Amino acid sequence: MKTIKFQLETLTCPSCIAKIEGALNKEHGVEEAKVLFNSSKVKVKYDSEEVSSDQLEKLIEKVGFPVLSS
Amino acid sequence: MKAKQINKIMYSAALLLMGALITYLFNWNEAVLNTLLIVATLVAGYPTFIKAWKASLMKLFSIELLVTIAVIGALIIGEYVESAAVTFLFLFGAFLEGRSLEKSRSSLKSLMEMAPLEANVLRDGIRSVIKAEDVVKNDLVIIQTGEKIPIDGRIISGRGSVNESTITGESVPVSKDENDQVFSGSILEGGYLEVIAEKVGEDTTFSKIIELVEEAQEGKAKTQRFLEKFAAIYTPGIMALSLLVWIVTQDVHLALTFLVIACPGALVISAPVSIVAGIGNGARNGILIKGGEVMENLSKLNAVVFDKTGTLTQGRPAVTTIKSFGISENKLLTMAAEAELISEHHLGKAIVKEAERNGLELVNKPTDVNVLKGRGIKVNLNGDSLYLGNRKGLFENNIDIDAKVNSYAVKQEESGNTAVFVANRNSVLGIISIADKVRSKAANTIHELKSAGIKHTVMLTGDNEHTANIVGKKIGIQKVFANLLPEDKVNKVKACMGKGIKLAMVGDGVNDAPAIATADVGIAMGVAGTDVAMETADVVLMADNLDKLVYMLKLSKATVRNMKQNMFLAIGTVALLLTGVLTKNVNLASGMLIHELSVLVVILNAIRLVQYKPNTIWERLVLRTQQGMRLISRSISVNRNSSSFVNKRRA
Repeated sequence: MKTIKFQLETLTCPSCIAKIEGALNKEHGVEEAKVLFNSSKVKVKYDSEEVSSDQLEKLIEKVGFPVLSS
Repeated sequence: MKAKQINKIMYSAALLLMGALITYLFNWNEAVLNTLLIVATLVAGYPTFIKAWKASLMKLFSIELLVTIAVIGALIIGEYVESAAVTFLFLFGAFLEGRSLEKSRSSLKSLMEMAPLEANVLRDGIRSVIKAEDVVKNDLVIIQTGEKIPIDGRIISGRGSVNESTITGESVPVSKDENDQVFSGSILEGGYLEVIAEKVGEDTTFSKIIELVEEAQEGKAKTQRFLEKFAAIYTPGIMALSLLVWIVTQDVHLALTFLVIACPGALVISAPVSIVAGIGNGARNGILIKGGEVMENLSKLNAVVFDKTGTLTQGRPAVTTIKSFGISENKLLTMAAEAELISEHHLGKAIVKEAERNGLELVNKPTDVNVLKGRGIKVNLNGDSLYLGNRKGLFENNIDIDAKVNSYAVKQEESGNTAVFVANRNSVLGIISIADKVRSKAANTIHELKSAGIKHTVMLTGDNEHTANIVGKKIGIQKVFANLLPEDKVNKVKACMGKGIKLAMVGDGVNDAPAIATADVGIAMGVAGTDVAMETADVVLMADNLDKLVYMLKLSKATVRNMKQNMFLAIGTVALLLTGVLTKNVNLASGMLIHELSVLVVILNAIRLVQYKPNTIWERLVLRTQQGMRLISRSISVNRNSSSFVNKRRA
């Protein structure tokens, strides 16, 4: 199990928490996804054999949130 | 879509809208006006439409979708002004919110910017500059004047004055010498240091602080959780309501307006922004408050329990007098110091220090070391049994105390010392008196806490009653519990807790960790560098400074007050707007404007907390007035009493 943190652009609406967490938690291999709203970060616990960090990053961007760094 | 692109889109939409306004003012051409407005709608709406689309692809519901539907509706019925205004305001609102939210979160950011980037490392005699995160444990790091310290470590050579404000919140530089601890993120203001790296990268105290604050900001306040629960019922409720509006009025436009305006933007954000700003303010001042719930509990505190040693006293006990019976004083001290040589106990350390100060040679090593918790220590020294500790231990080991020895010990204790009995198998060889100075600010802190609403103050200590009472009286503590074993402290804390009492326990976080964990709010003080304490406590005061306690209390009150103002404002605005929509006094565009404004006001209100300092002019004014009122009322009651007295005499 690996943990990764993605830094996003400043999050403004709390509704995006549900959006990002919802999308990530549906993904295979993701054990737990947590949005740190106030520091605009996403913390993901995942199984690196089932899903890669690149895939996770792409997924977050696909929901509409550009990833600045990980 | 990147924020920069969105900003560009926003500016172009603003230009288009300005063009439309000019067209309207000069009454040029209706067709041109409408075209401009439609283009502006499409341009400004583009990012919103995209987001709505992406979210729905993932089968997720979003506010953007609502806005998109509302805008399409407006376009169909030909309300071009409204569609352009709504899309633009939605974009502009998000932009302003982002900007101001960043401000409310700026404390943590400014802290993170203090992170060290480079390190000067000496490896195999070669000096090189490497990235701070590439330093490994046991590297020798060189720090020169003006440089940031990149790791946590111990000074092996050199000295200097270090500004530790990133860690402790105190900007007065601390002088550091060989064997002293330095922390990553602090700045060497003058001098030269060679430091052995002990903690690097994510293990440094500095990184831990950042991590802790990040997590703390997500820790939800009770109020916040209530709000979220409310929002969970609120959103579907509003949907049903707008459906009802549509059925009753047969007006799609009105129903959509109702739906968009009712979106609980300011409401959801009102509590977290205040908490984040408050936690950030604390972090910058060396006060780590772990989450919104702790913040709320802090603001309601009315009782504080202190551990004496290291909290109310300096925690650096020193030997005051040595009395021996039958052997020389130096011999007694030598034996005692040899026995305590490896002791971690602060009294034991004081004895060893005193022996070193007197230049005594410690040759014999103790064997069979037996630590008797809360009593003392029993060792085998030079083939003979030696006990050091208090009366309880003497009694349990069947060692006699004669009356003369006892009266001497009592006298020492009455003058504020801790008497350490040194005894062999059957009799007391001597008494070493040790005292720990009370902190200069202790009395003042207790006084200020009382005026900030703390009704009960309690002190716990393992010390004897005499010493404890002297310290308690000196600084104005109401209740003192002495002769406590570590496990007793937990029970005392439990006993103090009860109905209507919100109790905080203040300690060093290591010896009293269980008591800290038991209290409503556990506060560890002066713990830069001790991970355990940072983890167990609810509030961590990095600096070894009692002042921070008062700051913490006032900050929590200000934060909770701010949160309540925000909630009131948010709920009030939504209620007003919805009434306005239903009575057709508010249309979509103006409703959106007011909605965005209310979000902005809520954030701006929270930003005040970032700059908050206790005892501002305003607070002092309130305090003065209160004092004045009290004086006046007192003098009135005195007058009344004296006049009634006169009346009585007349009668």
